Amino acid sequence: MAHAILIHEKEDDVGVAVRDLKKGEEVGVVTLEGEFVTYLKLSEDVPLGHKVAMHAIAEGKEISEYGRSIGKATQAIAAGGHVHVHNIKTLRWSK
Amino acid sequence: MTSYKDIPLTGYRRENGRVGIRNHVLILPVDDISNAAAEGVARLIRGTIALPHPYGRLQFGADLDLTFRTLIGTGRNPNVAAVVVIGIEPNWTNFIVDGIAQTGKPVAGFSIERYGDLKTIEMASRKAKEFVHFASELPRVPVELNEIWVSTKCGESDTTSGLASNPTVGRVFERLEAMGSTLIFGETSEVTGAEDKIAERCVTPAVREKFLQTFQAYQDFINAQDADLMGSQPTQGNIRGGLSTIEEKALGNVEKIGRCTVQSVLEPAEEPSGPGLHFMDSSSAAAEMVTLCCAAGAALHLFTTGQGNIIGNLIEPVIKMSANPLTVQTMSEHIDVDLTGLLRIEINLDQAADKVMEMMARTINGRLTSAEALRHDEFVITKLYRSA
Repeated sequence: MAHAILIHEKEDDVGVAVRDLKKGEEVGVVTLEGEFVTYLKLSEDVPLGHKVAMHAIAEGKEISEYGRSIGKATQAIAAGGHVHVHNIKTLRWSK
Repeated sequence: MTSYKDIPLTGYRRENGRVGIRNHVLILPVDDISNAAAEGVARLIRGTIALPHPYGRLQFGADLDLTFRTLIGTGRNPNVAAVVVIGIEPNWTNFIVDGIAQTGKPVAGFSIERYGDLKTIEMASRKAKEFVHFASELPRVPVELNEIWVSTKCGESDTTSGLASNPTVGRVFERLEAMGSTLIFGETSEVTGAEDKIAERCVTPAVREKFLQTFQAYQDFINAQDADLMGSQPTQGNIRGGLSTIEEKALGNVEKIGRCTVQSVLEPAEEPSGPGLHFMDSSSAAAEMVTLCCAAGAALHLFTTGQGNIIGNLIEPVIKMSANPLTVQTMSEHIDVDLTGLLRIEINLDQAADKVMEMMARTINGRLTSAEALRHDEFVITKLYRSA
């Protein structure tokens, strides 16, 4: 199975879809160096370039990419779910 | 593929020793109302280009200083062979002329009051014709890669920028730093969430302190507006491309500097005083930022894009690269270097950096970039506040 999700750090909460992914697909997750990490089943459609939750993420939890926090979950996110502006919020400039 | 290392480089060695890769004769208006005369000269004399812009009247303080620095710096840029400056009155016109003349390149000023546009255009055109003869006889000479100042910025970024195209520029910058090149990056608001990554790369505690002060001043300015920046930073294009927060965008952004060391913090449009990587306080708006890099003396720009920012610059060629397959497919006329192989893991970062450096060599030697061919002649002065 060819990879369809790239991940910056193996421990990250999210990876990036490198093509349009459909709910129910099971795809490979690899690092940019080509190292295999895991298989993941999509629980939602995720378009090219958008983030996928590597595992279930609880509401209020900080979400990591690049091994760093990129914001906080504003609602619970299922494993294989789409992570974007509808369920993550910046911790900076927060009005 | 020929290695970039095997391509002999040529450029224009200017009077002050700086190396340019283009040979423009510039017709530079000091102010908005002198655009018509500048464009009149450029229409009459083959081989000249006018640089119209909307400012230069009744500015004051730091805002006026920045406009002056941008105009003078653009004229000083080594991609420019000679400059005709046109302003409404002689005082500010001569100030711009004197700033450019320090480089030793040919420059002449004309002011419109007491002559009118038509007489001014005639006098300035005669001088511009002289400058075109001068410039067109200048030979390309052998130059070294490390003599060409390089700047970088990303635009309409998406997750492919942080994964692939920005780390590629980071790898190129690491190589150029090792050669002793002079390098510029910036985008003060857009490092929010990764500012510590830049701070830890600063060469001394004093440089780190200045960086953090510059960063905090921009944060204070943004917070003082009491506005939600969602949709502006990240932009609508960033969001469409999958970026969700400023932290995520910033972490991708700072990949462009690789493991380089930050030697100094520059004011907008300030010339670096030595080799290595320099952080320039700047907006993250593409045309403004590249205009400032050009005014600081950069001769070649590396621009990464995710969703397809199409920016160019009249004086400083902009090499554009993307790793987003949809962008490369649908906007191919804007992309000089296709980095989509990184996402397919068909090439690694070193091979991607080789592709960029090969395109740099070809661009230095005269290949027009996509932005140059498409007439993306953006020249956008950063305005700090309203005029008097």
